[in-house]
Amino acid sequence: MKIKPRTFSDYATIGFPAGMLMVFFVIPFGIMIAVSFFQRVQGAFYEPAFVFDNYARFLTSFFGGILGFSIGLAALVAVVSVLLAFPFTYILTRMTRRTQVVWLVFLLSVLSLSEVLIGFGWSTLLSRTAGISNLLVALGVLDKPMSLSPSFGAVMTGMVYQTFPYTVLVLFPALSRLDPSLVEVARTLGSGPVRSFLNVVVPALRNSIVSTLIMVFVFALGCYLLPQLLGKPSHWTLSVLITDQAIYQSNMPFAAAMAVFLVLVSLSLVAISLLYGKKENAA
Amino acid sequence: MSGLVFESIVKKFGEFTAVHETSLTIPQGKFVCLLGPSGCGKTTLLRMIAGLEAATAGRILLDGDDVTRIPTHKRDFGMVFQNLALFPHLTVGENIAYPLRIRGVSKSDCLAAVKRLLDLVQLPDMAGRPVSKLSGGQKQRVAIARALALEPKLFLLDEPLSALDAKLRESMQIELKQLQQKLGITTIVVTHDQREAMTMADLVVVMSQGKVHQVAPPVEIYRKPKDAFVADFIGSTNLISGRISGSGKLAVPGGTLLADDLPATGDVTLSVRPENIRVTAGSGDNTPGCLAGEVSYIRDLGASIEMYLSVAGQQITAITTPSDRPDIAAGDAVSVHFPKDACVVLGDA
Repeated sequence: MKIKPRTFSDYATIGFPAGMLMVFFVIPFGIMIAVSFFQRVQGAFYEPAFVFDNYARFLTSFFGGILGFSIGLAALVAVVSVLLAFPFTYILTRMTRRTQVVWLVFLLSVLSLSEVLIGFGWSTLLSRTAGISNLLVALGVLDKPMSLSPSFGAVMTGMVYQTFPYTVLVLFPALSRLDPSLVEVARTLGSGPVRSFLNVVVPALRNSIVSTLIMVFVFALGCYLLPQLLGKPSHWTLSVLITDQAIYQSNMPFAAAMAVFLVLVSLSLVAISLLYGKKENAA
Repeated sequence: MSGLVFESIVKKFGEFTAVHETSLTIPQGKFVCLLGPSGCGKTTLLRMIAGLEAATAGRILLDGDDVTRIPTHKRDFGMVFQNLALFPHLTVGENIAYPLRIRGVSKSDCLAAVKRLLDLVQLPDMAGRPVSKLSGGQKQRVAIARALALEPKLFLLDEPLSALDAKLRESMQIELKQLQQKLGITTIVVTHDQREAMTMADLVVVMSQGKVHQVAPPVEIYRKPKDAFVADFIGSTNLISGRISGSGKLAVPGGTLLADDLPATGDVTLSVRPENIRVTAGSGDNTPGCLAGEVSYIRDLGASIEMYLSVAGQQITAITTPSDRPDIAAGDAVSVHFPKDACVVLGDA
């Protein structure tokens, strides 16, 4: 039975979280939306106005291309992360408690690394002088050491490395709740281990997979350091440009407009995938 | 030989021995219940048949072929799990067709098989339903139909009816038995419910603490329990210990009882079922087979009457029907008669 809140004190319990959301989310976001319509003043900062110039400016093929690349990169990072993390997490949940704890602590410690550390770490690892290509030379795979960064592969590696622990931690509860007898029954019905995994585990957790994809996608969309540290300018994402405009060009209104646009795009993508997921469930 | 044979099967989980060395033969086409209290190793035994647990030692043979090392998915045994484990993302029909579909059976053949199986478990026209929309009994039937889809040599069920309410459980027991008779498939059911085992089984395997105590048809298990555990676990019983005092005679506290198959000497334990004990008013003549006692309490349940008696300081329970009820009340002196053929000599547990 649902009880409807009636008195003021019934509502008071949500007062604190509502206040926090207001102060730390709604108001800053409102300011950003407002700024996105302001006018930039050359040599100074900006002044209040109501113009659409900032939005009009990135309706060009240059920004369109960058937006497309950003979304594509984030989507690819999400897919690769989930593809790697899902089997990993599945195997992890079948391990002993002790092994699970060790791995989860390790993953949490990776989480504590900042984007800057990850970026510089990987750029060293992928460099010609100190990188893993030297290892490959020692193993006889390569003739001479080569630089693997900056490149698209390096950006992908860094970003997947950063999102992997999140992905595992988000998938872990769902996978450890999965009824092991589902897989066992599939085996008694004639499915080998791989087929049971693909036929039973993956579909049974479809909703968790979709929500994890969305989470990693949104997370990757906000990445702005790794593409700069590990990629060429052609691998820069919209987030990099926003940082560039806001901090180096001091063009707050334009940066705000791009940020609002990015939020709108990612929100609508999330909405579409949720809508699609709901339809699947209803069927 | 045909049927399922365990040869010195042992299962250990680390230091813990779940199943002690067990040799057992389950004849083909029989309905067998593995019966015992929880933690007795019955589920482990079933899982070893299915290949979900590897035996620590010993062999399992099916119709003479060693199946011990064959992986589960190549054994083609149908199994129903305790929680049924229906695939939540598939419909009723897709669940049942799953084992056929992964073997590349054509769509039309699958549909025909699903229809036939749903008719078999009396759920016609349910193929399109999502499993989440089914009742407990319907889920049960779908799980059975799915396990039977491959026409397996062995049909294994792990406490399949434990999630159902008492009434539905009883009717499913009878239905399951009829289904098994119709198909003639060797069926092994794990249960802790002795009534369930008595209802369904051709052969009951009584287990406790990883050991098999007795393998026999239900009536024999009840009438001729092999040891005190079986006698006490199946129905209720009176355990009376005594010492051999002569050929066929046993000295017990308060007198002498008669029994068949008594060993020549030593101490033995007798099991006497409450419904076989006859009680008459007035203290008896103390002939062999009759002991003097006193009524402590009478519990009249309408259909049956339970009499709690004190015989030479030991509590004895007797059950009678309303038509045979003696005219006694609590505190009365009574004669307690133990018919010779009702006194079963128990072996060591």
